[in-house]
Amino acid sequence: MQTRGKIRSGYSRPLDLKHGRVEMTHGGGGRAMTQLIEQLFLAAFDNKYLRQMNDQACFEVSSGRMVMSTDSHVITPLFFPGGDIGSLSINGTINDVVMSGAKPCYLAASFILEEGLPLADLRRIVESMAKAAQNAGVAIVTGDTKVVEQGSGDGVFITTTGVGILPAGINISGEHARPGDKILLSGTLGDHGIVIMSLRENLSFHTSIQSDTASLHDIVSAMVAAVPEIHVLRDPTRGGVATTLNEIARQSAVGMMLYENKLPIHEQVSAACEFLGFDPLYVANEGKLVAICAPEDAEQLLAVMRSHPLGVNAEIIGEVIEDSHCFVQMETSFGGKRVVDWLSGEQLPRIC
Amino acid sequence: MKYIDEFRDGALARNIAANIASEAGPHRAYHLMEFCGGHTHAISRYGIVDLLPANVRMIHGPGCPVCILPVGKIENAVQLAQIPGLILCCYGDVMRVPTVAGMSLLKIKACGADVRMVYSSADAVKIAQENPQQQVVFFAIGFETTTPPTAVAIKQAQILGLTNFSVFCNHVLTPSAIAHILQSPEVRALGLVPLDGFIGPAHVSTVIGCRPYEYFAEEFQKPVVIAGFEPLDVMQAILMLIRQLNQGRAEVENEFIRAVTYEGNVKAQLLVAEVFELRRTFEWRGLGLVPYSALKIKSCYADFDAERRFQIPALTIADNKACECGAILRGVKRPQDCKIFGTVCTPDNPVGSCMVSSEGACAAYYSYGRFRETC
Repeated sequence: MQTRGKIRSGYSRPLDLKHGRVEMTHGGGGRAMTQLIEQLFLAAFDNKYLRQMNDQACFEVSSGRMVMSTDSHVITPLFFPGGDIGSLSINGTINDVVMSGAKPCYLAASFILEEGLPLADLRRIVESMAKAAQNAGVAIVTGDTKVVEQGSGDGVFITTTGVGILPAGINISGEHARPGDKILLSGTLGDHGIVIMSLRENLSFHTSIQSDTASLHDIVSAMVAAVPEIHVLRDPTRGGVATTLNEIARQSAVGMMLYENKLPIHEQVSAACEFLGFDPLYVANEGKLVAICAPEDAEQLLAVMRSHPLGVNAEIIGEVIEDSHCFVQMETSFGGKRVVDWLSGEQLPRIC
Repeated sequence: MKYIDEFRDGALARNIAANIASEAGPHRAYHLMEFCGGHTHAISRYGIVDLLPANVRMIHGPGCPVCILPVGKIENAVQLAQIPGLILCCYGDVMRVPTVAGMSLLKIKACGADVRMVYSSADAVKIAQENPQQQVVFFAIGFETTTPPTAVAIKQAQILGLTNFSVFCNHVLTPSAIAHILQSPEVRALGLVPLDGFIGPAHVSTVIGCRPYEYFAEEFQKPVVIAGFEPLDVMQAILMLIRQLNQGRAEVENEFIRAVTYEGNVKAQLLVAEVFELRRTFEWRGLGLVPYSALKIKSCYADFDAERRFQIPALTIADNKACECGAILRGVKRPQDCKIFGTVCTPDNPVGSCMVSSEGACAAYYSYGRFRETC
């Protein structure tokens, strides 16, 4: 009788978020998993949908068109100057949604955790996600957690899926670039990619550059409000601006001509690319966008972009031309011309 | 960026271009070979050809260390990488070169082999220190620029007493390759390939200096200008070559005086001489066997020689028959003359070595210049 009196119904020791680590039981479907969800995920992402603790989120939708996108995030290291995998996973998916001109509304987040990941790291990541989602005014309404054995993951993999609502009259798509259109870029090239490369174990070099990871919902909203007839929007992530422009050129069956001396680039990124033998046009960005619009709208769009904190370095970097081969070309600052081609494989450092 | 932008100045380029146009005699052609892949890359990347008159033609030489590596050596490396427990370290762009069977270091890595891309030979030594139970082989390739660092790695491994580190040495020499091209029947006897002058690579000459080129400037009466890799360096070198040719001179001139001296880096030369010795002959892809054109590890450093440790066999494997890499590397053909260029052979699916490295003539032309074909 005495013992029974000490047992508190429903009590379990709180998660040790300071020293604890992810264990296989956290993915086992039992009490440990529920505890992880409640004390970590629910606590950070808290909203009325999640609080219902259902396997799905049920929400009202407005009439009209919705937009949906999904993105998996894997990155080493998990934390880097300017962000972490958490903020990256939120911003990345929001950006994919908003490149249609949509307003992002809801997110789903799915985690694959590696056994042994410090819970303190996981908390940092989850809190960073919560902050990024809050900044964008988006609720994380459903999710999932799996745990894999040590050695089978890279700390944590995060897949996020986002939905957004597209205002009437907006029709932005990669196939809408037309000869004569102007190509705008919202800021400096390659910041994210160079930060990540500088942290690689076998390549440590120092830079004061920060990853540009950011949610572009606000700048896009301002751009769409000013120029609803924007033809194309896309965020140049993996493969950089060169890859994005080649994709659009193919979708729209057009060519492009870039002006090298108009490309905004941070001096440190430029220097790092020099000694690694990389071309900044192919280095990843996580908070930049490419916009293509009719020539008569270009100056207005540029002004709107430059008046936003995420677009102060925006430039008109080129124009769309007719070309049945869909080549992206560049007038070099040197006075010649060259193709800015698709990347073949990974960009590998040159030997000498 | 300081010390970079100055050498990419478009206005200065137009000045030099105007000088080239006015000094290049209209009644003759100038066939200039840029030996090094770094120059090929710069010429393509900055669109230098657009700034030259039609009678000044640039011929891409064989100076891409990845391109000239015979397939047999890649096969050797792939076989080495399959030895259980062995860690093979190599420079980045060599990983994509295919063997005849379509295997590559990148693919064998995907099959589970421990192949690691390193940025310097010192990284390979570090990996050997960190993995004392495993054999670590550094797949050393490159011209005179990358040779001293390999020598340093071998000496360092000796000082550290590493018994698990060795080097598969494939270092090659620039001047002997140029001399070989000039002696080839197409150039010398048949005169099929007009070659009027050479642009020599500055980074090689920071090590070897200017002197090694004097022999063939004199012997073959071909001017050489040692030039840096910025586009203005290349333009200036072209102008200097045209002036020499116009004046009937065949001298070794140094455009890159900001780093290259006549003697070169004597300390590095001594280091290389201490660790390496000349091979009697070495196979170059495209050029075949070239006498005294490569280095091997001296017997006093035999403990660090992977060829001896793993008894690496000499494999001679013929190139794909349709591939024109050989003729392209000798300047006999241009990339666009090859039947499989841009169709079967692309940077995503390279058949020949010239398509693999971004410094290779075919890859540079494909990536930066193929729009010219369609204009």
